[in-house]
Amino acid sequence: MTFNGWLQIVVFLALIFAVTKPLGVFMARVFARERTFLDPVLRPIERLLYRVTGVDETHEMRWTEYATTMLLFSVVSMLVLYLIQRIQGVLPFNPQHLGAVAPEHLAFNTAASFTTNTNWQAYSGETTMSYFTQMAGLAYHNFVSAAVGLALAIAFIRGIARRQMQTIGNFWVDMVRASLWVLLPFCIVGALLLVSQGVVQNLKPYDTVKLVEPQLVQRAGPDGKLVVDASGKPVMDSVTTQTIAQGPVASQEIIKEWGTNGGGFFNANSSHPFENPTPLSNLIEMFSIFAVSAGLTYTLGRMTGSAGHGWAVWAAMAILFLAGVTVAYWAESKGNPLYPPTVDQRAGDSQPGGNMEGKEVRFGIAASALFATVTTDASCGAINGWHDSFTPLGGMVPLVNIMLSEVIFGGVGSGMYGMLIYVVLAVFIAGLMVGRTPEYLGKKIEAYDVKMAMLVSLVFPLVILSLTGISLVKEFGTVGISNPGPHGLSQVLYAFTSVAGNNGSAFGGLTVNTLWYDTATAFTMLLGRFFMIVPMLAIAGNLAQKKYVPPSLGTFPVTTPLFTVLLIGVILILGALTFFPALSLGPILEHLLLHAGKTF
Amino acid sequence: MKKHLLTAFLMTVATTILLGLVYPLLITGLAQVLFRDKANGQILYRNGEAIGSRIIGQPFTSAKYFQSRPSAAGNGYDASNSGGTNLAPSNQKLIDRVRADATTWHAGNPKQLIPVDLITTSASGLDPDISPASAEFQIARVARERGIPEETLRNLVQTHTHQRDLGLLGEPRVNVVELNLALDDLAPKP
Repeated sequence: MTFNGWLQIVVFLALIFAVTKPLGVFMARVFARERTFLDPVLRPIERLLYRVTGVDETHEMRWTEYATTMLLFSVVSMLVLYLIQRIQGVLPFNPQHLGAVAPEHLAFNTAASFTTNTNWQAYSGETTMSYFTQMAGLAYHNFVSAAVGLALAIAFIRGIARRQMQTIGNFWVDMVRASLWVLLPFCIVGALLLVSQGVVQNLKPYDTVKLVEPQLVQRAGPDGKLVVDASGKPVMDSVTTQTIAQGPVASQEIIKEWGTNGGGFFNANSSHPFENPTPLSNLIEMFSIFAVSAGLTYTLGRMTGSAGHGWAVWAAMAILFLAGVTVAYWAESKGNPLYPPTVDQRAGDSQPGGNMEGKEVRFGIAASALFATVTTDASCGAINGWHDSFTPLGGMVPLVNIMLSEVIFGGVGSGMYGMLIYVVLAVFIAGLMVGRTPEYLGKKIEAYDVKMAMLVSLVFPLVILSLTGISLVKEFGTVGISNPGPHGLSQVLYAFTSVAGNNGSAFGGLTVNTLWYDTATAFTMLLGRFFMIVPMLAIAGNLAQKKYVPPSLGTFPVTTPLFTVLLIGVILILGALTFFPALSLGPILEHLLLHAGKTF
Repeated sequence: MKKHLLTAFLMTVATTILLGLVYPLLITGLAQVLFRDKANGQILYRNGEAIGSRIIGQPFTSAKYFQSRPSAAGNGYDASNSGGTNLAPSNQKLIDRVRADATTWHAGNPKQLIPVDLITTSASGLDPDISPASAEFQIARVARERGIPEETLRNLVQTHTHQRDLGLLGEPRVNVVELNLALDDLAPKP
């Protein structure tokens, strides 16, 4: 670990701290439908959208109607995405003449993946998706799945803030305002910033260039094995050209981060030089992943009239973030103990050192460990280095981050409502400890609320652990494993944790484009998204209609450091109780064996 | 319910036009006007012929060039098929590969330790960079093969070393494609 590495981490957190209040205030104004400086441009577009879609913007919805419209919109837009993939061959913007996305279970998996803000990639972008599919299918869902998440978080906060009311807002209005005010303006600026760094943005066919030094390579058959001739010598091919994939990348790259989606334009995601060309673009992308979610903590404080509560939640998130990045940075800096002594793994001013397998030189260890932590604290899932090749403990950090339900800043909107579920549980536990009915910002937390919160907290590990278990004992599951030994268990565990948490990053060696994994992960993504949302909206609806109870001496204050500590405790204890056994069989065992010199 | 379904459909179509077509095409237009070279991938030309992108790595394996990192993209540096090995640190295949490569590198330059980035594959398989230490590690060999003084090469490497962005971000790095093109200009391949 170097001083410079730590400085990069501290500067990053300082930027997130700085953006929290201004963005939080802005979002509170947007969703309260107050005037903002963008209204002269956006208000006419908004009104036009309502006119053509028949939305009455003054209409208020109960939680059931809010949930129904959200589900209908998700289903319809998911079907459209499936259709686009299947007919992309006849659609425009397809200079590579890519055919329909096949097989069907891959198109289905991808449709579920992008609708649920997961962006799990069972496909490889540059060889599968036309520019039209990337723009109007995938990047489009990057916008709306984030907008849906944001709308839901705001609806939940309204549930807390409102008193004796039956309604929690209008889904269409919240979704449209999230897209137009919160997502689109920054993406226009951010996309151009990324292009200035070297992220490509064009609609031309792939370039073919002549290699500076032509190469002889051994020919590999379709099964990946090297081809040999009759005398047993390897068959050599001469490679004289390089085909360079292009596309409208920047416009998709920025919303992929700002909307915590994570699905790469290219297979290599944000490690590809055309997606993330410089350390500065890397910082812009990491900043974009956290910004909205950090801002939402301030929005929470402002809308509920308790700015201190917003900051107490922010502090819990920041502490958990620092804990994660410290472990990841430390583990990756140590490198691989089994490399021969002729290899120099020490960091210095002329080399990054550490565990560089699956990492880019321009990012080195600090910016790669930081990116891995950020992308899994949030439900982003973009990567700038392969988590599969991280050291066992370094790779455990992203896994644990997702297991904690991605509430460390978290996904756009989903991080906030996920955290509020933990807050309800924390307040409930505090109430049990002092023997009084728990209250949260003037609302009594009762049996119904806690039952719904527990439903959310239990379904998540149940789905992950049972499907991981099935995959590990069945041939159709184990056949996808590429790294044998305890790491193989980690690969499968990571896959189902990632899809259930709607993250989308992976231990990428696992072969997931099979009937079993495509189908099982698709349903897990849908379950992980919508089974979480519906009980959450039920709590919001229930809270909105409750009376305000003025704070008394027995009320547990939710603005203090004590509350922050309790909240962190609840998050860690719930996570540890459910997942520690699985972790000990995967990354922890691998760490111990690796340092004992054992390979697989 | 029926009304909501109709709204859902119309909303999908309307927002797809706005966010899925108007927005990316607007960005494409602006990018093509404001940052033409970068928006098109910074293609390099020599004698009128496209010979690569400034920021996409290429395979260099001969002793006369500064060699790039090993790559898992297709057959190596396949820029239409990016990706890494995804080998776990405990995978025997990784350890075997690293040991074999280390033996080769060590035989070529026993005096220095091998910088780790030179024997590990990158994430994209298209990493255009190596560390300054990895460039330094190869200077003696390239100087010998090309018959140019080591000091000249050291200066060349220095001028092609990018420092950390804003003095803070990322790591110092040497772009291998640019460096080798400059090398060809300096002393044509014998």
